[in-house]
Amino acid sequence: MRNPQLNAQGELQHLLTIEGLPAAIIRQILDTAEPFVSIAEREVKKVPLLRGKSIFNLFFENSTRTRTTFEIAAKRLSADVINLNVGASSTAKGETLLDTVNNLSAMLADMFVVRHAQSGAAHLIAQHVAPHIHVINAGDGRHAHPTQGLLDMFTIRHYKGDFTRLVVAIVGDVLHSRVARSQIHALTTLGVPELRVIAPKTLLPTAVERLGVRVFHDLAQGLRGADVVIMLRLQSERMRGALLPSAQEYFKHYGLTPERLEVANPDVIVMHPGPMNRGVEIDSAVADGSHSVILPQVTFGIAVRMAVMAILAGN
Amino acid sequence: MRIEIHSGRVIDSASDLDASKTLYIAAGKVVGLGEAPEGWHANRRIDASGLVVCPGFIDLAARLREPGFEYKATLESEMRAAIAGGVTSLVCPPDTEPPLDEPGLVEMLKHRARLLNQAHVYPLGALTQGLAGESLAEMGELAEAGCIGFSQADAPLIDTQVLWRALQYAATFGHTVWLRPQEAHLARGGVAHDGEVATRLGLAAIPVTAETVAVTVIIALMRETGARVHLCRISARESLDLVRQAKSDGLALTCDVGAHHLHLSDKDIGYFNTHCHFVPPLRGTEDRDALRSALCDGTIDVVCSDHTPVDDDAKLLPFAESEAGATGLELLLPLTLKWALEEKLGIGAAVRALTVQPARVLGLEAGVLGVGRPADVCIFDPEHHWKVEPRQLRSQGKNTPFLGLEVPGKVRYTLVSGQVVFEA
Repeated sequence: MRNPQLNAQGELQHLLTIEGLPAAIIRQILDTAEPFVSIAEREVKKVPLLRGKSIFNLFFENSTRTRTTFEIAAKRLSADVINLNVGASSTAKGETLLDTVNNLSAMLADMFVVRHAQSGAAHLIAQHVAPHIHVINAGDGRHAHPTQGLLDMFTIRHYKGDFTRLVVAIVGDVLHSRVARSQIHALTTLGVPELRVIAPKTLLPTAVERLGVRVFHDLAQGLRGADVVIMLRLQSERMRGALLPSAQEYFKHYGLTPERLEVANPDVIVMHPGPMNRGVEIDSAVADGSHSVILPQVTFGIAVRMAVMAILAGN
Repeated sequence: MRIEIHSGRVIDSASDLDASKTLYIAAGKVVGLGEAPEGWHANRRIDASGLVVCPGFIDLAARLREPGFEYKATLESEMRAAIAGGVTSLVCPPDTEPPLDEPGLVEMLKHRARLLNQAHVYPLGALTQGLAGESLAEMGELAEAGCIGFSQADAPLIDTQVLWRALQYAATFGHTVWLRPQEAHLARGGVAHDGEVATRLGLAAIPVTAETVAVTVIIALMRETGARVHLCRISARESLDLVRQAKSDGLALTCDVGAHHLHLSDKDIGYFNTHCHFVPPLRGTEDRDALRSALCDGTIDVVCSDHTPVDDDAKLLPFAESEAGATGLELLLPLTLKWALEEKLGIGAAVRALTVQPARVLGLEAGVLGVGRPADVCIFDPEHHWKVEPRQLRSQGKNTPFLGLEVPGKVRYTLVSGQVVFEA
């Protein structure tokens, strides 16, 4: 089965998931993003790479933040951006996902940025669009959020350089997290020798170790010697089922505080894909502290999304 | 019509017959096997050289989609599919719209099927009214109308007291209860086997325990009530040990497996292939291998098609939103043959699993080629491999994970009650 996101030449046709993406393509995206970081510092924050191209932000699930970063990225590349909050319009009238996509294709789209609550939605769209259209997965269910994974790699590379000496710990709700899955695939592909996930059993998917991670249930053990700590967002709805007793108890066991961080490497960086729940998974003293690189993640996110769009448009 | 089928390899599992013989059919019945009856002359002679002649197949699960889901399939289209697949008797589950919980609906279905004069249809009645799992359906009335057993199909039966009472009541009158074992809470929201594939794809998972807990409960209640139960669509290796134990304890338990589960695993979901969305889910390769062995050793009694025609639109959706199931009537023989050949059991094992074994589960005098028996016959070419393509399928459902793949076994003739109803 051919990887559906690569074209016959092995180049990126769509960005759907990091799983199965060659390390060379990941590095190409990160390298391409480097010069885009400085564009933000210029007075004219635009390059004409995507002039005349139409990019549709197709959000079947609300996310102002992610949509905005894609919009900024596209505009900095001089593309025309059309934002569609589909959750509130056509699907509510019974139109299917593919109907919506076909209608928009007829409006001469060049690229779709898709966010959907169901795993596999971006794959489905990519399989059915015309060959000249590129699809970027901006998050599908619990499956993948590849641009987030890539911007996290950009951040880690920026601060740490070499991936092949790092101890990386991902803390929190891996079960429901598309971000965690994308990070895990990216980190294993880039050769991180020690990748840990730290969570109670209720928040870890079955056979997660088969993805190439070491499982810890104890935060202190899992953080020991870590170079990078990635905190995952814990959604409040998880407290309503039988996954966790309460936010307080979760924070007691897995919340990241300055004291807990002391067992990590002295130059550890702390990351979070946002939006943060202060006092649930992360203490403000850490989120705003000297180890935190959470705000630079957002800045780099725009550069990485520009890189992905530029590469896709060129393939 | 007097038909003579000559030069074929006749396989009749019930009598352990596997030999080149001539079959003589008249007035809807087999009138001779090997020897022509006195004064025989045929209206039609069928040359079955190189072909297998066997009893017509009995499929324990085929959704005909009537009443209620005619946009997915109709009785006409699916009965054509049945005879094209060599299936001469089929059991249809009660999950129609409305469900088969009233005698009138069952009589109408049987009547419509009879008018088509193709395969024999044996409906399962709803075990509970509206399949809601709350109060018992009128089993006595439904049985009189033609139901051969009672089932919840895939509708959950959450209340174990209702299950207990249903089994007691069914046992009182000797009805068989057909249950697909799944504990509804453990399976809640799940769409794929709880394993590495679901973890990678971020699909909500159905653990194996959803099945084993249900099997355990059903077996415990069987011991208590003495009910006769047929377990539908076993999917997990761990269930098989429970079934083995129950059978060796002498419980009146039989079970089946869907033909797709003999060949596919969760890995075949690949990049969210909705044709591999099944209920129960395709499980791990070790489960698939255990199911294959269990069908060999008799722990699993029958393989069925679990025929579920689904329209294209319902498959062109994100995996979790897509409708589960695959068209199966025309693939039942190929998939069973593929299993038998790959397991080096020979064609006879496939015929057995499709004829005499399901007939035993149903308690029907079918699946046999004996003199004086109804002449339901399938004649197929075991050597012919064909590529599965939408245009070749008579079923209105073109949904199958085997599209584009080659499968063995092509039905050449199907006879129902002594009439040639299909030839190709």
